[in-house]
Amino acid sequence: MGLAKRIIPCLDVDNGRVVKGVNFVDIRDAGDPVEVAKRYNQQGADEITFLDITATHEGRDTTIHTVENIASEVFIPLTVGGGIRSVEDIRTMLNAGADKVGINSAAINNPDLIKIAAERFGSQCIVVAIDAKQVSTEGQPLRWEIFTHGGRNPTGIDAVEWAKKMVTNGAGEILLTSMDRDGTKNGFDLALTRAISDAVSVPVIASGGVGNLDHLVDGVLKGGADAVLAASIFHFAEYSVPEAKRYMAERGIEVRL
Amino acid sequence: MSKHTVAVIDYGMGNLHSVASALEYVGKNVDVIVTADAEKILAADRVVFPGVGAIRDCMAEILRLGVDQVVAEVAATKPMLAICVGMQALMTRSEENHGVDCLGVFPGEVKFFGNPLVDNSGQKLKVPHMGWNQLHQTKAHPLWEGIQQDSRFYFVHSYYVHADDPSLIAATAGYGVDIHAALHRDNIFAVQCHPEKSSDMGLKLLSNFLKWSGQG
Repeated sequence: MGLAKRIIPCLDVDNGRVVKGVNFVDIRDAGDPVEVAKRYNQQGADEITFLDITATHEGRDTTIHTVENIASEVFIPLTVGGGIRSVEDIRTMLNAGADKVGINSAAINNPDLIKIAAERFGSQCIVVAIDAKQVSTEGQPLRWEIFTHGGRNPTGIDAVEWAKKMVTNGAGEILLTSMDRDGTKNGFDLALTRAISDAVSVPVIASGGVGNLDHLVDGVLKGGADAVLAASIFHFAEYSVPEAKRYMAERGIEVRL
Repeated sequence: MSKHTVAVIDYGMGNLHSVASALEYVGKNVDVIVTADAEKILAADRVVFPGVGAIRDCMAEILRLGVDQVVAEVAATKPMLAICVGMQALMTRSEENHGVDCLGVFPGEVKFFGNPLVDNSGQKLKVPHMGWNQLHQTKAHPLWEGIQQDSRFYFVHSYYVHADDPSLIAATAGYGVDIHAALHRDNIFAVQCHPEKSSDMGLKLLSNFLKWSGQG
């Protein structure tokens, strides 16, 4: 027995409200991130990831309060991503009670941000979020590139090389999202997950495409992921976290039950 | 009667919000203060010594602020709980940052997990050791009360403690190597994992600490 593979529900939060709906039958306010985070904690989620999609500057203050409220009532690790652009943003989120911050486009615009942040706050709290899309065509060796703006803008950066570079710069964890699979419910891009997981020494969280519990199992057993992230299958109560864990345990995956 | 006071030693390394709020959450009648002020720390009923980040920076701040003297005095007088890098700082020396001398409260070393790190079956293990691992209790202690053997706690670290004296070990965890995950001597208890992030079991440990007399 040893380290458990982690299950991480992800909340999209806009102006202090959970969007994309959450469907817990007996929850008082399914739009309240604190209520939702508490519920996932009770269910045995191993961490919570909170993706801030608030666009306005004023909304960012709401986000900070939301993080503070979650951190004072929910005692499992909390990662906050979305809109983190500077050392100051990182400090603000950590001081509000986030345990880790997810950094995406800012790392592309300024790769040194990861280096500075890791030195300042420690690698353990720096998660680099990578949105990747397959660019190779059939018959070619598999290749993925980093895309920004929800998968619309190519950067020309090779995803595997980028992951290695980010770890060298001090990333403590990689949150890997397949933009080909995100929202499809067809499962993770397992070849991508495996390629990144084998290339780096730090833990990799697989994300994008979970539609059923076999997808979670495959992410770990075939993709080599250390953690699996999912949103809709949990939010819409298609499956509960304990159900997912039992299912994974029955297939030989070590989980926290 | 004044409230029971817990001082969380703040030497400027990282966010102590979660340790403080977890203590407040479990200790309804407890006053939690986050401070580097020696007088306040020494006046508290019990002390938490947390830590996060790189050991060189932590030790530099500990020495600059005189926290080493305070810790030495607390270590001799009242219940103290050291967490993560706080635990590592209590050891003799750490391999991190090309070798750093620590406080020497517990004889032993802080070692790197090694790269590559592999498990029993030769499978590659990621570093940092991040996530929920089992805490195997190796001696009975009031802080383990209500916590089942091999319960999972949240860990995140790249260096691990190896105590010279096996009688200090209160729990171990396995991750390619044998981690001395909890140490205890007299009124000092130290854990590598983060009870403040370990959900119900972690809160139970903190609540046991708030009740602990500092003996046994």
